Amino acid sequence: MIGLPLVYLLAGLMFAAFAGLSLADRENNKRLGNAAFWGLFALSFLAGDQLGDLGNGVLALALALIAGAGQLGVGVPRTTSPEERENLAARYGPRLFIPALVIPVLVLAGSLAFKRLTLHGAPLVDPKQATLISLALAALVAAVLAQILFRQPAGAAVQEGRRLMDLVGWAALLPQMLAALGAVFALAGVGKTIGELAVMVTPADSRFAAVAAYCLGMAAFTIMMGNAFAAFPVMTGGIALPLVIGRFGGDPAVVCAIGMLSGFCGTLLTPLAANFNLVPAALLQLKDRYAVIRAQAPTAVLMLIVNVILMNALAFHAARP
Amino acid sequence: MLTLLGVAVIVLGFALRFNPLLVVIAAGLTSGLAAGLTPVEVLAAFGKAFNTNRYVSVAWLVLPAIGVLERAGLREQARRTIQGLRAATAGRILLAYLALRQIAAALGLTQVAGQAQTVRPLLAPMAEAAAEPLSEDDRQRVRAMSAATDNVGLFFGEDIFLAIGSILLIVGFLDQSGITVEPLALSVWAIPSAIAAFLVHGARLLLFDRTLKPATEDVA
Repeated sequence: MIGLPLVYLLAGLMFAAFAGLSLADRENNKRLGNAAFWGLFALSFLAGDQLGDLGNGVLALALALIAGAGQLGVGVPRTTSPEERENLAARYGPRLFIPALVIPVLVLAGSLAFKRLTLHGAPLVDPKQATLISLALAALVAAVLAQILFRQPAGAAVQEGRRLMDLVGWAALLPQMLAALGAVFALAGVGKTIGELAVMVTPADSRFAAVAAYCLGMAAFTIMMGNAFAAFPVMTGGIALPLVIGRFGGDPAVVCAIGMLSGFCGTLLTPLAANFNLVPAALLQLKDRYAVIRAQAPTAVLMLIVNVILMNALAFHAARP
Repeated sequence: MLTLLGVAVIVLGFALRFNPLLVVIAAGLTSGLAAGLTPVEVLAAFGKAFNTNRYVSVAWLVLPAIGVLERAGLREQARRTIQGLRAATAGRILLAYLALRQIAAALGLTQVAGQAQTVRPLLAPMAEAAAEPLSEDDRQRVRAMSAATDNVGLFFGEDIFLAIGSILLIVGFLDQSGITVEPLALSVWAIPSAIAAFLVHGARLLLFDRTLKPATEDVA
């Protein structure tokens, strides 16, 4: 069965290639740091299951130390100049969009089709990982297609991948690191403690206050933990179930649906949601690390207010028998 | 209570702009030690979770394809497409994208677009081209708003889809608490917020255009 191990192998090989190319890049005076960083990341993908828990912990620590010591540079592989790109765009025109569109089309087709493919009664592709496997396959097909259609030199895809990866730098690892931090926080009972605090300060006597406390609590907890999914069980168990639903008779479907979306407002506001908020700033070469958060903050705050109003207006009419 | 020190480390570390990878490890150690674990136990727990969460980083597999397309002029082509449209403004392009992204996410197609495969090579160059001539500060603002619009569209669309992770989490959590809720009911009640998000962010996008142009054009 094709599953995550094959995808990890592919990712491991890609990062190993980035490491090798970094090492050979004499124009980058931090080439050793880059090679070590992407090399360790490759090792994690290729042999993570053999390293053991402590081994993986040491690996994560080493990655953080390389980045923290400022040993990551930005490699500048030889690429086409802006003028050459204008000429290429004029020559190939809208055909350039084809490989870019192949990615979503294959992701869509793969996620639907892979769940049904079977070989001798057993699924050919792990149905739980269908989307991720489709994404890996689509990325591979698009790269090869682009290379052929636009007559790019051999190895251009890997070099160009490294160029973009170096632009993202340490931010590339942050989402995975934060997910690991979430697990440590859970082990230490951080969420439980915050939930207890939130329950203590929630006024229990007014319906509107309970609704507001739940929505704002979801957003605040998400800002602190970086993830609305971590906030939901704590806040819903602490405030929504006993008060908004239990005492004031709110419809659980309305309360939970809008409660989750209040958490998403928090996601828009926190650097801890790195893949949404910090990685794009690196990808778009923004000078301010927090520029994306600044751009979405007014929307997030307004939507939080709207969610409080919506929950208060919708949850209690629907609940009446 | 002491375990909350880890959260304090995160807040301070991010506010003072230390390297976030170091801040994350320091926060994990702080909370773990406060909870009575040894440093080795914390590191092992961190390593275990780091390894099981590798799938989070698989999305980077898309970079070689995007990179080689950029090498062949994809971003320039995106710009050329927009330069032919006189009615295009940054705000209108982002508004159209917001609608598409919300609808796609509502149909469960959350992975068809994203910051690496859509915003960097296509959306941001298109929005920039529509708004030119741009000062460097405004260029940065247009890019940031492009990334923000992708996030808003995704977040306020995906919960309308029945089988998305957050809906399944809610159903499972309520089920444990003895409350049965249909996924359909949850997705229906995500629609009012989704519409509101389109109106709020959409209005901001249209106002955003005015902040990019010199004030003299508004007078005329």
